Amino acid sequence: MFEIEIRGLVKRLGGRTILNGIELTIEQGETLAVLGPSGSGKSTLLRCLNALTAFDAGQIRVGDIVLRPGKVPRDVAIQVRRQLGMVFQDFALFPHLRAIDNVALGPRLVLGLTKEQARQRGVQLLKRVGLQHRAEAFPAQLSGGEKQRVAIARALAMEPKGLLCDEITSALDPELKWEVLSVLADLKKDGLTMVVVTHEVGFARRVADRVCILSDGQILEVGLPQQVLENPKTARVQQFLARVMT
Amino acid sequence: MDIEERKMRLRWGCVAIAVNMAMLVSLAGCGHTHAQTDNQQPSPSEKVSLPPLRWGADAEGGAPYIFYDPERPDQLIGFEVDLIRALERELGRRIEHQQYDFKKLVDGLERGDIDLAMNGLEITPDRQKRVRFSRPYYVFKLQLVTREGETAINSLRDCVEQRARVGTLENTAASRLLEELGVPTFLYDSQVTPFEDLAVGRLDAVLMDVPIVLYHGRNKPGLRLVEPLVSGRGYYAIAFRKDDEELARQFDAALERLLASGELRRIYEKWGLWNTSQEEIYPPNQFGLELARQEISTQPLAGWSFGSYFPLLLRAAWLTVELTVLSMAVAVVIGLILAVCRLYGPYPLQLLALCYVEFFRGIPVLLLLYFLYFGLPAIGQVFGWDVALRWSPFVTAVIGLGLNYAAYEAEIYRAAISSIPRAQWEAAASLGLTPMQTFRRIILPQALRIILPPSTTDFVALFKDTSLAGTITVVELSKQYQILSTSGADYRALVEIGIATALLYLLMAVPLGYLSRRLEERWHAGHLVEGRH
Repeated sequence: MFEIEIRGLVKRLGGRTILNGIELTIEQGETLAVLGPSGSGKSTLLRCLNALTAFDAGQIRVGDIVLRPGKVPRDVAIQVRRQLGMVFQDFALFPHLRAIDNVALGPRLVLGLTKEQARQRGVQLLKRVGLQHRAEAFPAQLSGGEKQRVAIARALAMEPKGLLCDEITSALDPELKWEVLSVLADLKKDGLTMVVVTHEVGFARRVADRVCILSDGQILEVGLPQQVLENPKTARVQQFLARVMT
Repeated sequence: MDIEERKMRLRWGCVAIAVNMAMLVSLAGCGHTHAQTDNQQPSPSEKVSLPPLRWGADAEGGAPYIFYDPERPDQLIGFEVDLIRALERELGRRIEHQQYDFKKLVDGLERGDIDLAMNGLEITPDRQKRVRFSRPYYVFKLQLVTREGETAINSLRDCVEQRARVGTLENTAASRLLEELGVPTFLYDSQVTPFEDLAVGRLDAVLMDVPIVLYHGRNKPGLRLVEPLVSGRGYYAIAFRKDDEELARQFDAALERLLASGELRRIYEKWGLWNTSQEEIYPPNQFGLELARQEISTQPLAGWSFGSYFPLLLRAAWLTVELTVLSMAVAVVIGLILAVCRLYGPYPLQLLALCYVEFFRGIPVLLLLYFLYFGLPAIGQVFGWDVALRWSPFVTAVIGLGLNYAAYEAEIYRAAISSIPRAQWEAAASLGLTPMQTFRRIILPQALRIILPPSTTDFVALFKDTSLAGTITVVELSKQYQILSTSGADYRALVEIGIATALLYLLMAVPLGYLSRRLEERWHAGHLVEGRH
């Protein structure tokens, strides 16, 4: 059974406490939407999960891999990254590689696939995000939405059990957001476990299984979308939602 | 790298080689004629209002002709200094020494920087076309010097047959003789260094005028003077401008009187230069072209046609290219290692790399080349590593230029690599790439497009800096030009050769810049820049 379990997670940075005692369990196949004002620690939470950032207290378990406070040993980091793919707000595609090579690079270098195998997988995944016709384009030749879909395909190429999405539509024009979000909705149908940090309340309502509201490094509320988004218990959540939904 | 800084550096290099460059010397000649006066004693008839004559001679490494007294470094001594004093007395006119590059003496006369040139200048038909020579004042022969253990070389013929590496001075009787014989010749500016290179084994033999051999080669341990002297002889004479016939006649007469009085012989005996050949200069009025023509060293150079010098320039240009490419290869490899050490190394390594960069950026390449070429073998000798550290001129130049340019490359690479966004590292890490894989596959290819333009500039700068290798006997393009231009060609040929040399440089440098720009444009227009369509 694959699940992500976060216990008492604390992360400090330069005297500030970014995450303050996060308790959260994400079950297999679940899509969790994480909402919250900027600076609330949403991105840091994802970075801790993917061992891109060390934390100060608590524990994270991803499947059967356990992350502990302090610098994460490289082999543990690589194991956890094999389990969890990550998609970034600013795409972070490799600008010198064509779309297909962006996707095929990981399988070739890390999974040890042959060039041909890696390419086939790349083609499959580009097809899955609806971009097979853009395989030979360089990132600079793609639109924002296309870039982000390539980035998703790149993460999926490593066959992760879970996907971490860090505000992946924030840098996109409104009319391009749906194409990325609909890819996520498809992935959910395929049973991928996802943690989606987002400002898209509509997406959270329609696609997420649960919604988690983060503020000042603490979870204010976590629960079913209707419950959290329609009937928030605390005034702070109400205020935040009021601002986001307008 | 900063352009200003590069200019400064080049300027430093120029200052350093000024000792060999006529330009600076002639500048000095304009401004400091009086400061350079070396004749303190006023001659008896100074009342005569004639201005002092300016005598051009090169005191740098000029023993035994004219050199600074090792005991009293502000005093010029030498047999020619004594001869000038004697001539002053005979003529009743002051003669001031003017420091002048040996190779540029004839040019200096024509420019009017000096009134007479006397500096072991031998009579050759080429020079005779441009200057009026006095009667000879010394008959010289050439002598071969080799190492004590070197039994196989006992004559010039042996050198020819064994393809021995022979060193000599540029544009002298000896250099022309060696060239005619087809012996592998190494040309030097200084009279001292060939003997040092012979002693450490970079050369198999040295061929020079007997006076030089007597002074520099005789007392050097480990060297052997080859007897008999090379057959044939040459004549030293004083050179004047062609239109200074009256002055030249006065000197001819004065020399006759010094010969007749035995004064000249006394001077030569004092310096250990007297030998029976000197008796040949006694019969008056037989000298000049008629006699000199039968002797060594007097073959005029093949006509100065394009076809005769251009192959030489081309060969030198090719050597310049080789030197540039190999030096750059050294610089790129070391530069990259340095950049990585500075960016990702543990602290001591970072510090070491920083020291390297500051050190090699801060010292002139010329100094570095001198150190590697002359200093390193000497230091090596102390530890018994002299064989390992005694590199050929070419290898020394490649290493020296490479070490120097590595410092510049390192800074370019460091800046470029650190300008790649952190997100690229994280994206690669989230795929599970190791830092090494990330660096090689993701960071470096992107840094390359930033590195390319400044690196091309460096490459062109290095290309031109290879001319410094000429100072350690590598005959690259500039050195070849220098040699050709001081070989007695007239001004028309000089200009022609100069233009040909410049064109060769441009022919190589300009396409390089074009290629770099094309590559850049392609990268920019194509795929590498985020956000462009």
